[in-house]
Amino acid sequence: MTITLSHILFALFGLMVLGGAIAVVTVRNLFHAALWLMLVLFGMAGLYVLLEAPFFAAAQLFIYMGAIGILIIFAIMLTRAFMRQPMPRANEQWWLAALLAAVLLGVIVFLILQNIRPNIVAEAVPESTIHILGVTLVDPTGYALPFEVASVLLVMALIGAVTIVRER
Amino acid sequence: MDWLTRLLAFLSNAIVNIGDWLQGVLMGWGLPEASALLVVRAVGALVVGFFPLIVVIFLIWAYRKIAARIQGRLGPNSSGTWAGPWGIFQTFADAIKMIVKEDIRPQGIDPIPYNLAPMLVVFASVMLWAVIPFGPGRSLIGTDLSIGIFYILAFSSAALFVFLMAGWSSNNKYATVGAFRAVAQLVGYEIPQLLAVLTVVAVAGTMKMQGIVDAQNVIFLAAMPLTAFIFYMASLAEINARPFELLEAESELVCGYFTEYSGMKFGMFYLAEFMNSVAVAAIFTTLFLGGWRGPWVDQAPILGTLWFFIKMGLVILTWMFIQLTLPRLRIDQMLNFNWKFLTPLAIANLCVTVLVNKGITEAFPGGAPVWTRAGILLLSNVLLVLAVWGVSALGRRQETRRAWRAAQATELEVTA
Repeated sequence: MTITLSHILFALFGLMVLGGAIAVVTVRNLFHAALWLMLVLFGMAGLYVLLEAPFFAAAQLFIYMGAIGILIIFAIMLTRAFMRQPMPRANEQWWLAALLAAVLLGVIVFLILQNIRPNIVAEAVPESTIHILGVTLVDPTGYALPFEVASVLLVMALIGAVTIVRER
Repeated sequence: MDWLTRLLAFLSNAIVNIGDWLQGVLMGWGLPEASALLVVRAVGALVVGFFPLIVVIFLIWAYRKIAARIQGRLGPNSSGTWAGPWGIFQTFADAIKMIVKEDIRPQGIDPIPYNLAPMLVVFASVMLWAVIPFGPGRSLIGTDLSIGIFYILAFSSAALFVFLMAGWSSNNKYATVGAFRAVAQLVGYEIPQLLAVLTVVAVAGTMKMQGIVDAQNVIFLAAMPLTAFIFYMASLAEINARPFELLEAESELVCGYFTEYSGMKFGMFYLAEFMNSVAVAAIFTTLFLGGWRGPWVDQAPILGTLWFFIKMGLVILTWMFIQLTLPRLRIDQMLNFNWKFLTPLAIANLCVTVLVNKGITEAFPGGAPVWTRAGILLLSNVLLVLAVWGVSALGRRQETRRAWRAAQATELEVTA
């Protein structure tokens, strides 16, 4: 096997994601943890680019870094514990979190082992992936129903948020 | 005129020719083709990356000169020291001054995020330029990504956390509050901007920058003026121009999130801000003014670049006029304008435009004539503006009545 540029980039982005993820849970400064999380999200976008899914890469940057990441930073800046630096690494619920993480890991490993297909040949990526994505999302035989359910859920969340913060 | 045609033809293919020549030279030195191509691409990326820097250096000079003339001053000139005719080299002198200034680090900063933030902010601004089409074809655009305009939105949105990074790591309450305010403003105005871009993408039927330019047989400013207005207002806020210049309101926040930065680190923020403005002007040109399209582009593609820069310059000029005439809004006015006016308007505009556009496509199975489509879209825009005006007038009238009734009630109480 010859090492190509995409192998090197894959290793780079993989290190970025894994290293960043370890840093997120081990650093004692909450703000630094949030910044490490940003690195993880950026690395994920890079992996999407390598998988020739540019739309997902941009959506990753746009939604995870531009919206969710910012929201997380805002949220932790508004907590009172934020100023008490450095924080302890674990709180009293660490065993619950560890249990959940272990279960999730088990499920993911199980699913991967179920779906290992030897000698898989990558199909050529179609020219207009965005077009296909758009059609699939509104196609009744495709993902129209999950798409609509997700949008109803989001509208409900929006209305709920407005109701909660409304002055009475 | 023969030499002119030949010159234009040469210039039009100059970039491709230089690329081919460089690749040939490298392969002549014994490099394999793939590596030679990689080097050529890297050189191209460097050119695309440095180009905004050069544009910005002259833009800063032009901005200062125009600002001075509007305010009845002379602006940078060559009296005293020699700064070239009309002070054209003033920005270079300023840049050198900034680079050689002492690097001051306040006490109690968080060093790594503090030093990383200026780099990341410039990085994000430079990345925007990769997909801006300066001319027809493949050679005058960094790369014509299939997600074109979404790539730009994604990068400008992903870079927002850098402001929080800069503000928080400065260990200064004004900087932290300034960062919060910057992100609140930029995240908020991203929504109408995104909705306006979505409207354009729906009508053009593609997210490719060149595809959007090709779709504009009638420029989108004429076909969809309301969308252009929403994008224009939102981008004024995104680039932090005067009516929305709340990111560095001196009386409230000292200097916003970069209060504690000085020297070239401050220069990086200043540079990124100018680079962003030029990029947003280029995006406005591409989305609404037909990009590089203009007369004689078919004969000489390099003329497209000229039209592009003329249009972009006009957009920047309108910004300068607005920026130098209007006073600054209050923070609540800025938020109200976005959330209570611009965002609902953008949503209504998206719904109406997409429905009308689909209707036109259905009504003309063989493809609608260019002017018919533009005319109907324009009509729907006008009707929507009238409807919005009617609704807001009704709302105002009700409010006046309510206030009058409340006044009457208190009056009765007083007399009783």
